[in-house]
Amino acid sequence: MKKIFSSLCIVSLSLACLPAGMALDWMNLAPAFAADTSNETIRVGSKKFTESVILGEIVRQLLQSSNEPGQRHPVLHRAELGGTRILWSALQSGDLDLYPEYTGTLTEELLPKGVANSEDAIRSALKAQSIGMTRSLGFNNTYAVGMKKSLAKRLSIRTLTDLKTHPELKLGLSSEFKQRPDGWPAVQKRYALPQRNIKALDHEVAYRALESDEIDLVDLYSTDAEIDYYQLLVLEDDLKVFPRYESVLIYRLDLLQRAPEVGAFLTKLEGSISETEMISLNADAKIRHIPEAKVAQDFLNAHFGIQRTQATESVAFQILERLREHLGLVLKSMFFSILVALPLGIWASRRPWSGQVILTTVGIIQTIPALALLVMLIRPLKALGFQGIGDTPAVVALFLYSLLPMVRNTHSGLSGISQQIRESAEVLGMKSFARLRLIELPLASSFILAGIKTAVVINIGFATLGALVGAGGFGQPILTGIRLDDHSLILQGAVPAALLALAAQGFFEVLERWIVPRGLKLKSRA
Amino acid sequence: MIQFKNVSKSYQNRLALNHISLTVESGTTTVLIGSSGCGKSTLLRAVTGLVNPDSGEIFLNEVRLTSQTLPELRSKIGYVIQEGGLFPHLTAEKNLQLMPKLLGWNMRKIRERINELAELTALPIETMQSYPSELSGGQRQRVSLMRALMLDPQILLLDEPLGALDPIIRRELQEDLREIFRRLKKTVLLVTHDLGEAGFFGDRIVLMKNGTLVQQGSLSDLVQRPADAFVTEFVNAQRSPLEELVR
Repeated sequence: MKKIFSSLCIVSLSLACLPAGMALDWMNLAPAFAADTSNETIRVGSKKFTESVILGEIVRQLLQSSNEPGQRHPVLHRAELGGTRILWSALQSGDLDLYPEYTGTLTEELLPKGVANSEDAIRSALKAQSIGMTRSLGFNNTYAVGMKKSLAKRLSIRTLTDLKTHPELKLGLSSEFKQRPDGWPAVQKRYALPQRNIKALDHEVAYRALESDEIDLVDLYSTDAEIDYYQLLVLEDDLKVFPRYESVLIYRLDLLQRAPEVGAFLTKLEGSISETEMISLNADAKIRHIPEAKVAQDFLNAHFGIQRTQATESVAFQILERLREHLGLVLKSMFFSILVALPLGIWASRRPWSGQVILTTVGIIQTIPALALLVMLIRPLKALGFQGIGDTPAVVALFLYSLLPMVRNTHSGLSGISQQIRESAEVLGMKSFARLRLIELPLASSFILAGIKTAVVINIGFATLGALVGAGGFGQPILTGIRLDDHSLILQGAVPAALLALAAQGFFEVLERWIVPRGLKLKSRA
Repeated sequence: MIQFKNVSKSYQNRLALNHISLTVESGTTTVLIGSSGCGKSTLLRAVTGLVNPDSGEIFLNEVRLTSQTLPELRSKIGYVIQEGGLFPHLTAEKNLQLMPKLLGWNMRKIRERINELAELTALPIETMQSYPSELSGGQRQRVSLMRALMLDPQILLLDEPLGALDPIIRRELQEDLREIFRRLKKTVLLVTHDLGEAGFFGDRIVLMKNGTLVQQGSLSDLVQRPADAFVTEFVNAQRSPLEELVR
C-alpha cells in the first residue's frame, strides 16, 4: 500500500534520475546571477534564418579573435532564436548583448511609430532604450516579392503593379511577412492587389512549394541565395513600398563599458559586406551546405586575415549532446509538473467548483501557441531573476503544457471512484489523508499514470520547440535542417526524438505493471 | 444502544425522515423495512454520519453523535453494505488489516483477530489472500462482515447485506448471520425490503413509509394486528406464490 503511494512520487524521482551520470544543470533554474556575471560572457543572438546565423557567427568569431590576454571574453552565440520578438525582448532584458538586425525591422516593428527610417533617427530612438547600433554592414536586405522567371515571362509580369491583372496567382508568404504592416498588407493596399489565395508558409518551405508549382509568388529577402538557384525574378517595387532594410548590429550600450574592445570590432564590420557578397555567403551555407561557422571563418580570413580553425564535433557527440539537452528539458519540466499537477488534480476532484476553474485554466494554457508563450515568458522570467532565453523559458513552457493531461486524468481517476467505496472508507473511520493515500490514489493509479505518460510523450515532442529560445535539444538539428533543406540533419533530430518518445512509452508500460495494484487488473468472478 | 430523538432530514423539499424517535436496545436486533424511498437507509446512514440530520439527536451508548464525537464513535460501529464495499485493489486480508494497522495494532494481534473472525464467519483462511473480484458474492459479504467486526464494535449496521445474493447462498448466510448476532450480543440495526428476512432476523421489525414509522413489533404483530391498511397491503404484497400454493 505504501508502495503504491510512494510509487507515484517515485515516477517523478525516477524520471529525474533515469539517465545515470547525467548531471542535471539545476543551477540553470536557480535565479541567475546574470547581472553580475554577464560581463564575463558576451552573448550574441541570431534569428532563425541563414543570413542571421552567418552574421552571428562572424560576430562571435571576430570577438573571440582578440589576442590581448585580459581582453578576451568568452562569446556565446545563441543561434536560430525563434523570432524577432524573442531577440528584441532578450536584448532589452539583458539575456543577449547584441544581434544582427535590419533598419526596416527596427522602424516598422520594434521602435515606437513615427521613427524615420534613417540611421540617425533610429540610433537616437534606440539610445533612449540604452541600445546602440552600428552603421550599415554594407548591404540592404529588403523584402521583395518574387516568382519563377519562366512564369513571369509567360504572363509578362515585371513589376508589382503588373500583378493587378492576375488575381488567380497563388501566394505562399512567411507568416511574419503576411502579418507585419510593412509587409504584404502594405503591398496589397498600395498596389490594390486582388489575389486572395494566400498561404502562410515557412520561408524555406515556400521555396520548395514554389519549385513544385504549388504556389506562384513568394516573399523574398533580396540577399536570398535561392534567387539565382531557383531562377527567380524579383518583381520591381515600382511604387517604392518597401522600406530599406540596411543590415546593422544592435547592442546593449552597457556592453561597451563591460568590454570596451568590442566597439572597435563592431566598427571593423561596418561597410564590410556588399549585397553580392552576402548572397554568396548565403549560397555557401544554403546551397553548398558549408557550415555557417566555416562560412564565417572564411569571410574573416579573407577580409581581416583572421585565421582560426573551428573544432568540429562528431555526429555521435552532437546527438549525445542534443540528447542531454533534450532530456534535461523533459525531466526538469516533468519533475515540477508532476509535483504541481497531482495536488491540483486532487484538489479539483474534492472541490467541484474550484475544480472547474482549475481544469479550465490548464485547458486554456494548452491552447496558447508555443512561440507566443515563449515570447510572453521572457519578461516575467527576467523580472523574477531567471534567464529569459535558454532552457529556463523552455522548461517553464513545457511545465505548463504538461499540466493538462495530468490534472485531468488525476481528476477523472479520483472522481470515478464509486460512492460505495468512498463511504466504506469513511465509515471505517479512515482519516481524509489515509483515505487518499491508501484507497483513492491506488484506485486512480492507472488513470494518473496514463496522464503522466501522455504528458511525457507530448513533452518530448514539444521539447523540440525549445530550440526556438536557444535551449538546444533535438529541435536544434530539426530547425537547422529545415533552414538548410538538409534532410539528414532533420532526421538527426526527428528520429532520436521519436525513439525517445517510444522509450518513454515503454518505460511507463513497465512502470504500470509494477504500480497499478493487481486486484484492479483481475476480471471479476461475478 | 442506539437512540433517535425527533430526527428529521429533507432533500430538496422532500422529507426523507419526519421526526423519527426510536430506540434499539443493546444486544437486540432491529430491522428497518419498507418500500424503496421510505427513509430506512437514510435512517441507518444517519448513524454512520454519512447523512447529517437537519434536526433531532442521535445517541450511541448515551453519547450524542456530533461532528466532534463522530470519529471516536465510528470505531464503535461496524458497517456492511449490499455489495460489501470491499476495496478492490486490496486482498481480503489487506482489507481487514487497514484499520488495525492505522490504529497501530501489532501483526500478531491482527493475525489472531483475522483467524478468529474467519472461523466465526466460516471462511477458509486461504480465501484471505484473494482479491474481492476473485471471491463469490457470499464470500465477499462474509469478508465485509469480518471487516466490520475487526475492531469489535458494539453496534452493527447492515444496509441490505444480502440483497445481491442468490436464494440458496442467501439462506445459508442468513442463518450464519443470525447466529453471529446472537453469539456476539451486538446491537444490530439492519435494513431490508424483504419481510421474511426481517422476521427471521428481527427481535423487532420497524415498518417505515414516507419518512415516518408506521408500526413496530414482531412479524406476527404486523401480520395479525396491522396498524393500518398500508401495513396489510405491504404484508400481502410479500406473500409468495409458494405460500398460496401451500395454503
